[in-house]
Amino acid sequence: MTESRTTQSKPTLFQTATSDSYQRWRLVKDKLAARGVVVGGLSIIVAVVLIFFYLLYVVFPLLLPAKLEVAGNAGYGVPAAEMGKTLFAAVEEQNQMAVRFTDAGKAVFFYLAGGEIVANQALPVPETSQITSFAHGSIDNGVVAYGLTDGKVLVAKHEYKLSYPDGKRLITPSISYPLGNQALTIDKSGQPLLKIALAVAEDRSTLVAKTADNRLLLSRLSKKESMFDDEVTWEASDTLLEVAGDDVEYMLVDKQQRNLYLASRQSITVVDVSDAAAPAVKHKLNLVENDSQINSLAFLNGENSLLVGDSKGELAQWSLVRNDQNYVNMQKLRSFKLADNPIVALSAEQRRRGMLAIDSGGQLAVYNSTAERELINTKLLQGAPQVLALSPKADLFLVEDANGKILTWHLQNEHPEISLKSLWRKVWYESYPKPDYIWQSSSASNDFEPKMSLTPLVFGTLKASFYAMLMGIPLALFGAIYTGYFMAPRVRQYVKPGIEIMGALPTVILGFLAGLWLAPFVESHLAGIFAMLMVVPLSVMIFAYLWQQVPEPTRHKIPDGWDAIVLVPVVAFGAWLAFELAPSFEAWFFNGDLRVWMREEFGIGYDQRNTLVVGLAMGFAVIPMIFSIAEDAIFSVPKHLTTGSLALGATPWQTMTKVVLLTASPGIFSAVMIGFGRAVGETMIVLMATGNTPVMDLSIFQGLRTLSANIAVEMPESEVNSTHYRVLFLAALVLFVFTFVVNTLAELVRQNLRQKYSSL
Amino acid sequence: MIKEWFKSGSPWIWLTAGAVTINLVLVAGLLLLIAFRGLGHFWPADIVEYQYEDASGRSTIIGEQVDTSLLPAAQAKAAGHQVLNDAEYLVQFLVKTGNRDILGSDFRWIQQQYIRHKAEPADLISVERREWGNFYGRLKAVKEDGSIIVQGEAALAVAQEKLAAALELHEQIDVLQNKDVGAINYGLERLRLKQRALELKGEWDDAHAQEFAAQKQAYQQKYQEIQVQLAKLNREIKRASLVAVEAGGREVNLPLHRIVKLTQPNAMSGLDKMVEYARNFVTFVSDEPREANTEGGIFPAIFGTVLMVLLMAVVVTPFGVIAAVYLREYAKEGFVTRIIRIAVNNLAGVPSIVYGVFGLGFFVYIIGGNIDRLFFPEAAPAPVFGTPGLLWASLTLALMTLPVVIVATEEGLSRIPKSIREGSLALGATKAETLWRTVLPMASPAIMTGLILAVARAAGEVAPLMLVGVVKLAPTLPLDGNFPFLHLDRKFMHLGFHIYDVGFQSPNVEAARPLVYATSLLLVMVIVGLNMFAITIRNNLREKYRALEN
Repeated sequence: MTESRTTQSKPTLFQTATSDSYQRWRLVKDKLAARGVVVGGLSIIVAVVLIFFYLLYVVFPLLLPAKLEVAGNAGYGVPAAEMGKTLFAAVEEQNQMAVRFTDAGKAVFFYLAGGEIVANQALPVPETSQITSFAHGSIDNGVVAYGLTDGKVLVAKHEYKLSYPDGKRLITPSISYPLGNQALTIDKSGQPLLKIALAVAEDRSTLVAKTADNRLLLSRLSKKESMFDDEVTWEASDTLLEVAGDDVEYMLVDKQQRNLYLASRQSITVVDVSDAAAPAVKHKLNLVENDSQINSLAFLNGENSLLVGDSKGELAQWSLVRNDQNYVNMQKLRSFKLADNPIVALSAEQRRRGMLAIDSGGQLAVYNSTAERELINTKLLQGAPQVLALSPKADLFLVEDANGKILTWHLQNEHPEISLKSLWRKVWYESYPKPDYIWQSSSASNDFEPKMSLTPLVFGTLKASFYAMLMGIPLALFGAIYTGYFMAPRVRQYVKPGIEIMGALPTVILGFLAGLWLAPFVESHLAGIFAMLMVVPLSVMIFAYLWQQVPEPTRHKIPDGWDAIVLVPVVAFGAWLAFELAPSFEAWFFNGDLRVWMREEFGIGYDQRNTLVVGLAMGFAVIPMIFSIAEDAIFSVPKHLTTGSLALGATPWQTMTKVVLLTASPGIFSAVMIGFGRAVGETMIVLMATGNTPVMDLSIFQGLRTLSANIAVEMPESEVNSTHYRVLFLAALVLFVFTFVVNTLAELVRQNLRQKYSSL
Repeated sequence: MIKEWFKSGSPWIWLTAGAVTINLVLVAGLLLLIAFRGLGHFWPADIVEYQYEDASGRSTIIGEQVDTSLLPAAQAKAAGHQVLNDAEYLVQFLVKTGNRDILGSDFRWIQQQYIRHKAEPADLISVERREWGNFYGRLKAVKEDGSIIVQGEAALAVAQEKLAAALELHEQIDVLQNKDVGAINYGLERLRLKQRALELKGEWDDAHAQEFAAQKQAYQQKYQEIQVQLAKLNREIKRASLVAVEAGGREVNLPLHRIVKLTQPNAMSGLDKMVEYARNFVTFVSDEPREANTEGGIFPAIFGTVLMVLLMAVVVTPFGVIAAVYLREYAKEGFVTRIIRIAVNNLAGVPSIVYGVFGLGFFVYIIGGNIDRLFFPEAAPAPVFGTPGLLWASLTLALMTLPVVIVATEEGLSRIPKSIREGSLALGATKAETLWRTVLPMASPAIMTGLILAVARAAGEVAPLMLVGVVKLAPTLPLDGNFPFLHLDRKFMHLGFHIYDVGFQSPNVEAARPLVYATSLLLVMVIVGLNMFAITIRNNLREKYRALEN
């Protein structure tokens, strides 16, 4: 562009006036270039800051508390109040509708927004009998049951069908009868059923009832499909429980239909009902202290834990736990303190380990059990609620207050399962014998309790880096010392790039070799590997000593600083010797097989892809980085320092340790730091050379899982913006911050060193 | 005496020398290991026929001997093997028996002590098939249209002839099926998106409808024609088949359209084998993978790697050079440059997987998601750029390799003598002109060095790519004959990921191992080559400037 202008009116040196605009254009270009370059230079800082803040931005929502918001209006009167008092209410998946079951045996479906009635339906309660009790089954399958005066039970289920006529969503509620629309007889003697409990599944169901004369009856129904038509019949087996029902206030059956929990005001009895014909009392114990009472009881999601709300405002999680003697026991995993009033309403989330509790004073609290986190604790109502219902997505709940008004709230509670404790400290997970550090993030089922402790991953990361450094530091630093100070320049010219090329090797290849070649090799030559640690240095020493004895003229044929090349056959021979000797060595000391011996003598297990393999492979990967930086530092120690030292009579080795190493120590330190940073973040080697098992085990023969490998394995399957996704970002942030600290430290040390050298 | 020797410090010096030696031996050993295993993959190995007799009876085994294991007798006995004749070692051979469709697996361990007889008859054939791995056995006859046309000695020549014809047909079918039908599908998809876009804008009317219907009709017609052609070719290719006898004596029918190659390695001379070796290598780098990547070539992986690296280079060069120019030419040494240097070092030190996470979250979901929302509303809910792909992989790696370019360029700039800049400025050039006309051209070899090192780094990096766009098997290349030719949104294959995937995720690791070694060798050669090249350029550059300074 400028070319064409200049040809039009080519300015001579003294003719500047004609090309004023051209000169101005040149200056503008110069300014623009300067601006552009400055922006470009500063954008490096922007990039680092952007990475950090973006990671933080994704992680941040994990820390947010839950938020509560009144939905729409100030509430409305109970829809169809004439149909009776609400016993139980539930919200459907889309948060459009709710249903309430009344003490008159009616189901009323209504819109949440304004309380208009969608449909109501009377359940087929026989005219001859009255309703005496009510229970709901597993909260996520919508089953409810009424107990009647004549010893019968009627089981119903509320369902919603979604359809899209004209592209708009339409929800059609209905009531179905999973066990048939006739009431089932539980008590053949026809006593009224005062309490009932049930668990209904596809092919078998369990009903439990307490009769007016305090008998406890268990009925197991199994599905039988007729051979000839599709007719389904339920075959019942009834058993009388050998437990006195006098003081039973609460009854719950878990959805696996394995355990029946019978609670009085203070204690609980666990009955094993997996074999309905022979129920066995597992044990009985007090859940609350003597001066308080059980006030509410519900299952936590998954139905492996009980939530117990007592009269003093304490909410405890109890679960069956297998102890050391292999005996299953009820254990209190944790408890929360709501306020001082009795807890009257409890509702567990359907997809997470979370719950809502309200006390008689109208105080509401939202908790997450795994994280032991109190997300909300606030005054919601004046006085106790009648009914509490939480939506399936746990983002909305409704309350019927004492005055028969229905109020709804939106609950914003995205990531309750994460807290400092659940990430970094021991957590007592359900059905684990004791609190532990566990990473087990994903499962297909909603009932699964995600275990997201970063501790085993950080442990694995540090363990892998430790062994890598153990192998890498001596080789790299000793190598740097020799190359930087003793080696002949002509050899150094080739050796240095030769070792640095190692660093350019893709880690995926090192990982592949480590996993598929080195791991089986180490497994079959374990003794040889250990023998090598001894034999190779020893053979170098012996060779050096013998070399000393060789007459001088022969010795001087090899020039100074070529020792490393002379040693090649020695090292090769040493390694060969180690592997050659190892089997006999094993035969003498370890009964022929080191691995078997370790297992039998010390109980040390052996994984094929273990920390030793990772240490060797990753050590190999960090050598060039440490070597290169440390060698630079040693090589650039000013020559007058070393010559001065030698002139004063110090031996070369004394000069090395007393002068060179001391001067170069900051550089060596930063080399080690940078190597460590590299080992911590390395992904492919650990991914391929370990079994990726997130265990916390100090043994060098066990596998591990590092933060980086964990991200690589789980990130592609993680749902965007889910808790799991954010925790993986947190893992990345941890890696980023860690390497940032290490690298910044190393760089500062190096910058200081450079200044020091330039002043020397 | 020994005490004195220790006092002199000389043993310690020897020990440090030993460390250097160990490092060198490790590097050399590793490269040799990869080279040995990788190069062996292409060699047409001899096929061995064993007469074998163990506890389960007599049998004939035909296959390639691929590995040997020596187990001390004690360990062998512990593992439950019998050791005959009080031998010191139990010698076992791993034999690639092929014939997975008959035997159930490709490999078998046999013990030397049970081998009665071992021979390498010239008439054994090795057949590379499109499915079920290799076949080993003897050729008996060639069939056409169900009847035998030739038998015995002459069969091989006829078989080769027919196979060549069949391969040609297969090539034609392949082109029709993938390229032509692919283009039609692509065209139809574009039509659908156009229609959707018009509908969203509310501009869809009858005129459009007619036009689109006509275009669709044209595509349909073309498709019909191709189908007719395909049917004809398929009939033709399925006419001939081979009859072969496997080790157990059973006759096996091998349809020619399922065969890639037929050789008699035992009958080959040394020269033949070398020619075959070269041919195998060419096939390896130019062919598509088969059988879940465990057989065939790695062309798409090479192509994907090269394309990704080129795109990355286009992005990383200007940014890296500008940053280096700022540090060397514009900024005053001080607090800001210190911070920038720390930032550069941190960019170099951040684990690569963190770049992957950042790329996935920031590039793919935030930038890509917004691009989709703004420019491709018609494709919703299917993402276009809001999913991992070539563009995002290149950008992520560009960010990652930025420090490499910066450091190398800076070094180059620092070596250019001050006098050159001063000369240019004294002649009246502005700073920008000096930079553009004298400094940067002189620094271009240094920039080149940085770029090559960046390319080498990017070519070998896998961890971040796993998150931002690499797949184990891409149905289409990111560059093809359909407008707009370069498809930045497509996922691609990559050599490094190919190694990880085939070596660790494939169902038949044992069979795939040679291929992984060969792929590794290729990757290592490329990367070591690039690095050596960069080092050479750098050294030459240093020499040149040293001369300039004097």
